[in-house]
Amino acid sequence: MIRPEVKTTSGNVHEELPLRMETRGLSVFYGKKAGVREVSLPIYNNRVTALIGPSGCGKTTFLRALNRMHDLTPIARVTGEALLDGQNIYERGVDPVEIRRRVGMVFQKPNPFPTLSVYDNVVSGLKLVGIRHKGLLDEAVERSLTQAALWDEVKDRLRAPSMSLSGGQQQRLCIARALAVQPEVLLMDEPTSALDPISTQSIEDLMSELKKHVTIVIVTHNMQQAARVSDFTGYFLTGELVEFGPTNQIFTNPKDPRTEAYITGRFG
Amino acid sequence: MRSLQARYNRDRVMVALLLLGTALAALPLLLLLGYALIEGFTSLNWDFFTKTQKPPGELGGGMAQAIVGTIILNGVGLLLAIPFGLAAGILLSEYPEHPLNPPLRVLSDTLNGMPAILKGLLAYVLIVKPMGGFSGLSGAVALAFIMLPILAKSTESVLRLVPWTIREAGLGLGLPRWRVILSLVFPAARAGVVTGMLLALSRAAGEAAPLLFTAFGNVYMQLNLLQPMDSLPVRLYTYAVSPYDDWHRQAWAAGLVLLALIVLTSLLARWATRGRQ
Repeated sequence: MIRPEVKTTSGNVHEELPLRMETRGLSVFYGKKAGVREVSLPIYNNRVTALIGPSGCGKTTFLRALNRMHDLTPIARVTGEALLDGQNIYERGVDPVEIRRRVGMVFQKPNPFPTLSVYDNVVSGLKLVGIRHKGLLDEAVERSLTQAALWDEVKDRLRAPSMSLSGGQQQRLCIARALAVQPEVLLMDEPTSALDPISTQSIEDLMSELKKHVTIVIVTHNMQQAARVSDFTGYFLTGELVEFGPTNQIFTNPKDPRTEAYITGRFG
Repeated sequence: MRSLQARYNRDRVMVALLLLGTALAALPLLLLLGYALIEGFTSLNWDFFTKTQKPPGELGGGMAQAIVGTIILNGVGLLLAIPFGLAAGILLSEYPEHPLNPPLRVLSDTLNGMPAILKGLLAYVLIVKPMGGFSGLSGAVALAFIMLPILAKSTESVLRLVPWTIREAGLGLGLPRWRVILSLVFPAARAGVVTGMLLALSRAAGEAAPLLFTAFGNVYMQLNLLQPMDSLPVRLYTYAVSPYDDWHRQAWAAGLVLLALIVLTSLLARWATRGRQ
């Protein structure tokens, strides 16, 4: 098993950083096959952690284990620990609904609720648990859409159907929807892979702002994106975490030859 | 160029074959519709909708009681079937791991394959016997038994068509599963669910057999659900096997009105759920 490598040439300042989440020996099985094997990884508070690796390496599977999304797949089984603020989310008696409220998710393809307006999409996580106070909802809409860098574009058509937005706007709407319930952690599963370069850039730009409020874990195929937006990077290969460290170290001075092969484009 | 021309030609032949097949499939329906229109239309007049039956042998009269009865029986039947049918459809589609799922599927399939007359018998045993007499209520229950499996099946299949990503999005927000299904998945399938209701309704509306010994039939106007009630299929049947020409023509008219009622209902429902999807 490979322990997370957290040493850098400039010392180990980030070891002082508070942890928001941490996995210890986390494995995910589909039937008998392990999609993720024994991954131990720290997720630092108010930082962006990028998970990179070739297709099928288990990075998305790992991400979905962080808010118990695998609960819905009958054949999936998770072993090991995933700690959120020190508590193992896979412990008996932990409510997955509560975990998912604290650990939000943005998916690969924009998936706004097609029957709801822009406004109702943003507040769906609040309204559907019974929050009806108009002032509160209005405030959440403006705050979340502003955080998702969408407010200026949609403030005059909050009642429009969500599907009338462009793909990039829809994805930012989904980010706003996730932010509206004020999660502690935001999991982003290749959030820009279905978007054009301009939309991608607007989402990358907002991430540096977002991390002031929320801890971000992003899965990406795009190494430049990982290099641009993240503070820490983990490299996955065939279900295992090969290397983890500060992003600039991973990209400039990888310790593992397999990481080097991947980031220099010789593989993957 | 020649091969392109050949492909165009082959395409034309295939399209022509498709059209021919469609026409053949539609032909019986059109013939039936045409015949009902020709035969029934001549007997349709104001009296048909406003008067009840005249004594046998006497010309004229109408089927007001049967039209009203059919609407009441099917309306009440649908209201009875909707909560159970939708609940069953939701369980079948959304809770595959639930222990009740497999038996419910078997039950639903069995009920679907059960002859309508047996459902009438079921309603007879459950309602008519204990209440000691034929009633509209027992007829509505028999029709509800016909609608139930259709509602369950159609609800299940339209819910399955709702993209999985909608459920993930809802659950990812920390919403409980039942809330995601009720408030996000179900509305996305609304038009399909309504179509399923119409399907169930049109299936049940044409049934005479299960009503014969439940709602029974009535030559007088009856609005009380606890009394025997008339319906268009039963009246059609009674008239069709009678020896009177006038009644035969009225039977065709009853068929036509039944058809028109079903088409009208489905148009109304489509109008009510238009757009949005």
